[in-house]
Amino acid sequence: MLLIHCPYCDETLPELEFAHAGEAHVARPENPSAQSDAEWEEFLFIRRNVKGPHYERWRHTHGCGRFFNAVRDTVSDRFLATYPAGAPRPSLASLTGESE
Amino acid sequence: MAQAALRRFSGEALIEEAGPTGMVTLRGTLRSGAILSAVQGAVGLRVPEVRRAESGPRGSVLWMSPDELMLICEAGEAAGIAAGITERLAGEHFLALDLSSARSRFRISGAGAREVLAKGAPVDLAPRAFGPGDLRRTRLGSVAVAFWCTGPDMFELICFRSVADHVYEWLCLAARPGGRVHLY
Amino acid sequence: MSRFRVPGRGRVNPDRPVTFRFDGRPVQGCEGDTVASALLANGIHLMGRSFKYHRPRGAVAAGSEEPNALINTRRGPGRAEPNTRATMQEIWPGLEARPQNCWPRLSFDLGAVNDRAYMLFSAGFYYKTFMWPRSFWDKLYEPVIRAAAGLGVSPSEEDPDTYASRYLHTDVLVVGAGPAGLAAARTAAEAGLRVVLVDEHAEAGGTLLSEPQARIAGLPAWDWLTAELAALKALGVRVMTRTTAIGYYHQNMIGLCQRLTDHLAELPADTPRERMWRLRAARVVLAQGALEKPLVFDGNDRPGVMLAGAAQTYLHRFGVRVGDRPVILTSHDSAWHAAFDLQDAGAKVAAIVDTRAAPPAALAGEAQARGIRVLAGFTATATSGRLRVRSVRVHPVSAGTVGAGEEIACDCLLMSGGWTPSLHLFSHTKGSLAWDEDRTTFLPADTPEDCVIAGAGRGLWGIAATLADGAEKGAEVAASLGRGASAPALPVEGDRTGSGTSHTELATDRSPSRARAFVDFQNDVTAKDLRLAVREGMRSIEHVKRYTTNGMATDQGKMSNINGLNIAADALGRAQPKVGLTTFRPPYTPTSFGAFAGYHRGGHFEVTRRTAIDPLAEAAGAVFEPVGQWRRARYFPRPGEDMDTAVARECRATRTAIGMFDASTLGKIEVVGPDAVEFMNRMYTNPWTKLQPGRCRYGLLLGDDGFIRDDGVIGRLAHDRFHVTTTTGGAARVLNMMEDYLQTEWPELDVWLTSTTEQWSTIALNGPRVAELLRPLVEGVTLTEEAFPHMSVAECTVAGMPARLFRVSFTGETGFEVNVPAPMGPALWQRLAEAGAPLGLTPYGTEAMHVMRAEKGYIIVGQDTDGTVTPADAGLTWAVGKAKPDFVGKRGLARPDLTAPGRRQLVGLLTEDGTTLLEEGAQIVLDPAQPVPMKMVGHVTSAYRSEAAGRPIALALVEGGHGRMGETVHIPMPDRTIAATITGCVFHDPENTRLKLAAPGGDA
Repeated sequence: MLLIHCPYCDETLPELEFAHAGEAHVARPENPSAQSDAEWEEFLFIRRNVKGPHYERWRHTHGCGRFFNAVRDTVSDRFLATYPAGAPRPSLASLTGESE
Repeated sequence: MAQAALRRFSGEALIEEAGPTGMVTLRGTLRSGAILSAVQGAVGLRVPEVRRAESGPRGSVLWMSPDELMLICEAGEAAGIAAGITERLAGEHFLALDLSSARSRFRISGAGAREVLAKGAPVDLAPRAFGPGDLRRTRLGSVAVAFWCTGPDMFELICFRSVADHVYEWLCLAARPGGRVHLY
Repeated sequence: MSRFRVPGRGRVNPDRPVTFRFDGRPVQGCEGDTVASALLANGIHLMGRSFKYHRPRGAVAAGSEEPNALINTRRGPGRAEPNTRATMQEIWPGLEARPQNCWPRLSFDLGAVNDRAYMLFSAGFYYKTFMWPRSFWDKLYEPVIRAAAGLGVSPSEEDPDTYASRYLHTDVLVVGAGPAGLAAARTAAEAGLRVVLVDEHAEAGGTLLSEPQARIAGLPAWDWLTAELAALKALGVRVMTRTTAIGYYHQNMIGLCQRLTDHLAELPADTPRERMWRLRAARVVLAQGALEKPLVFDGNDRPGVMLAGAAQTYLHRFGVRVGDRPVILTSHDSAWHAAFDLQDAGAKVAAIVDTRAAPPAALAGEAQARGIRVLAGFTATATSGRLRVRSVRVHPVSAGTVGAGEEIACDCLLMSGGWTPSLHLFSHTKGSLAWDEDRTTFLPADTPEDCVIAGAGRGLWGIAATLADGAEKGAEVAASLGRGASAPALPVEGDRTGSGTSHTELATDRSPSRARAFVDFQNDVTAKDLRLAVREGMRSIEHVKRYTTNGMATDQGKMSNINGLNIAADALGRAQPKVGLTTFRPPYTPTSFGAFAGYHRGGHFEVTRRTAIDPLAEAAGAVFEPVGQWRRARYFPRPGEDMDTAVARECRATRTAIGMFDASTLGKIEVVGPDAVEFMNRMYTNPWTKLQPGRCRYGLLLGDDGFIRDDGVIGRLAHDRFHVTTTTGGAARVLNMMEDYLQTEWPELDVWLTSTTEQWSTIALNGPRVAELLRPLVEGVTLTEEAFPHMSVAECTVAGMPARLFRVSFTGETGFEVNVPAPMGPALWQRLAEAGAPLGLTPYGTEAMHVMRAEKGYIIVGQDTDGTVTPADAGLTWAVGKAKPDFVGKRGLARPDLTAPGRRQLVGLLTEDGTTLLEEGAQIVLDPAQPVPMKMVGHVTSAYRSEAAGRPIALALVEGGHGRMGETVHIPMPDRTIAATITGCVFHDPENTRLKLAAPGGDA
């Protein structure tokens, strides 16, 4: 069972309290109706499915209820960082010590 | 309907149904002066820090999320408190709602209290990790709960009303004699 | 005293004899014995039959790695445990132990015919043998195989025991209480850390229990152990024996299964049988030691052939001499000590056979001093003996040539192929392994977890080395947690270090194709099987494993994996590290279902949510059904009524008088704030701006893909406040979705969302006489068509209780939903029942609700929709606010696929015979005469008997359904094909005349 740091509760807590909520930084377009079919398809369905550090969303469902973002290495299942929704994405280089 | 007798079970810990309790959900900017004074005025308590509960003679205030508090008070007072806060905070962006009927409250006390909770909640319940005033929203078995420490071996727990029977029976099962391992 | 018990040896208590039963006969052992040690003390080596060939087998090990000696233990009804290792099960008076895989009895087993036919049962024989004909599989092959297969027999009665579970957080967990684990725990605890030390055996000590000759810090090993355990206790270390670390999960979460009562004669009251600990440790020290490898040669599985280290354990820990005339067969120094110790304990060692040409001179000298014959540079090619080994055939090997054989008589054969670290838990961490050529084994390398390996688990050998390593690792983890610690060096005397060499199969002079040289004892896999798998094209070790089943038994390859790898690598002509090791998986040893289930059994198997009114429904004899986690009253049968009769009566009462329904499970969300209306406009398809406070609207929620997610009636309580209702099952999902958009997409909106589902008891009242019932009870609202029309909401009192009153209908009749604070629900229900009795008020359940809503064509999201249905498909285009610039799903609805012709659309279906009830889920075709597989054009989503319609009705999703009104479709069933006509979805009161409220005093 993973341990996840909730940036709102400021505590590292068991996965049991959280729910995964898909890839992060997929912003809903300002004006969806202005989107082409291809753009909308991209927004709705196309995900990166990264092997390695992955930006994703979690919700502290059984805790404070907040959605937040995380960088998780999908190979090791380790969380490299968690940060509030709306905060800029941290650079991978700063998290892994390697160049992207 | 006449209030049924409150349930109570004495095993490795004492499990008590707390009965009708006033509960007011307060959403807002917790650090704003308006909220601080509204809470102070309502129950005479400070706004608690993250994952903490404040308790006093007039009730308790629980930190529920970065923008949510729960005020615990006498059963009959909740509607008045919600209305009072609503009046006091007029013009602010907030929500004060009497949700006294939505949840049930239990007390868990005694030397085995920490162990009873540790059977179902993935929380470090060692005294040095979880002491008076500490609060967690988490899961007990399969159910979402919040519990907080009110004394060395005293806890209060709230859960949604529809699962109250399940939680009560679960707590009794966990407090059944013979189950202690003297962890804490 | 039993014949093979050695006076003065062992840690068992000879003054406390214990009688138990094995294979139906009484056996006497001592307090402290395991089943295996007690049997061996009585000279019984035959303990079980093998899985596939039913070959006679004895205990080959003394610990949890035992593959052969599996027994069924029993204490009364429901308390039977198959596949218990006789080497781990402690005896108690009255214990009943039965061998497995044998019938009619252990010494004469009919299944052993498989052994004679072993040539047929080689690797992959299932795949090859049962291929043809296909039709034989279901009726012949599978039943026969199933009857013959399976390890042990599960109990059929309910388990009367209880099982506990709990979480524990600690600084350091040490797995294994041998010298390394003890030292690590001591060092970490002295540094002030919280330490838990677990061991799967009945007592702590590990190898120290088998090496009493050693002296540590000047004390005999066992005295040192006693003092050390006392010191650990004084330091607050939690030492748990009979506790197996079954799995190592992410971020130092370890599952520990603690066995509490299986060793006790009397079951104490109120004690669970097992306790599952979910332990989270900041650091883990794995000190699980090493496992001895068998040697692979023909006949290595005969009862009496066992590991030399096991014989040492039986002698020193249990005071049992495993034989009078042992032969030692070894490629490692360690087994020599077994020979010396057994000789000293009164056995006459027939020979030490070492595969190495030049074993250490010191050992040879010691053997000579004891008068033990030494055969160095020898191999073993066969054993004899039916139920017990009688002799072993040994040959000199010179430059790869096997010389003339000699038969040596013996009553036990003690083998050692060297030692391999116990890597299972480390492997669970996804830790990488490094091949160690010197020791010809894998050693632990890197792991992503905060975990260190100490002692024999990383290839160290001897008490001094493992003690020192344990202390060092304890200090290392303490330092990593910011604590200073010292690792004192302890002087050790009488230590037995050593080395050895590793083999594939032992050299032989016989045809390898005739050899029965076992690698995996439990799954009966031989070296020949492994080589056959490679010959037949298996290249990956994973394929070899699955083709042969090597390492796939309940012992998880503890003894077989390294030998299997060595042989497969040899057959493949590749080095071991290039071939790699298969993955060890949790649990480390078989674990009972009870331990995993813990408290989740009976009424606590899953959560049941109950409404406040639920006790009244129960008292009224309601039949319940689960809806999500809720249990809901399905119908209220009167004496003699079946479901159909009760439901018809409930519908009739609602359509002619009043029906009362507990709708408390409906999800309710309070949406409040200056931007509440903007939020609602963005979330729901409908327009909300013009909805006046006090009015309601049916709301439809889509996903951004354009498909229906949920629906419900939404009331506007004030300019800035909405009372949203959701489906029962959708409540949590809808709130989650709303929070998601609010928190992450539109944080600029000033809105608060709060679930009020549990705050309210909701009672739905429907029927022509409902106003008559409510008018005298309601204060604060005038119940007239003008003052409180259909789709209104008001705060008022009902029967003196504060209420939110909705004028809504899910039945097509005049309808109200009364919300009162949840605890008042039962009182209101009773009050309404009393007041409504003269008016014909009848409670109804979810089934009648389903029927009545279907008669009106009201959909149930999740039943009539399936996540691919758009508002247009469901005939709900009217609920979509087309003028709004955006809402969740608006852009999705414009996707080409969602507007294409031929989509499945919701329609009504009437069977053409007017009497047949369709089955929900049944598939629909246009042409019943078309060849199979037919083209399916849709399916039935809802089907009920309807008194109001006078015939069975159904809803269905049908391709292009809205354009097929009046067409006939066909529903093929196993026994016939049903014809049905496509209709609209409304079967009752299409003009909605019945929603109107009767004027006061007027007729219903």
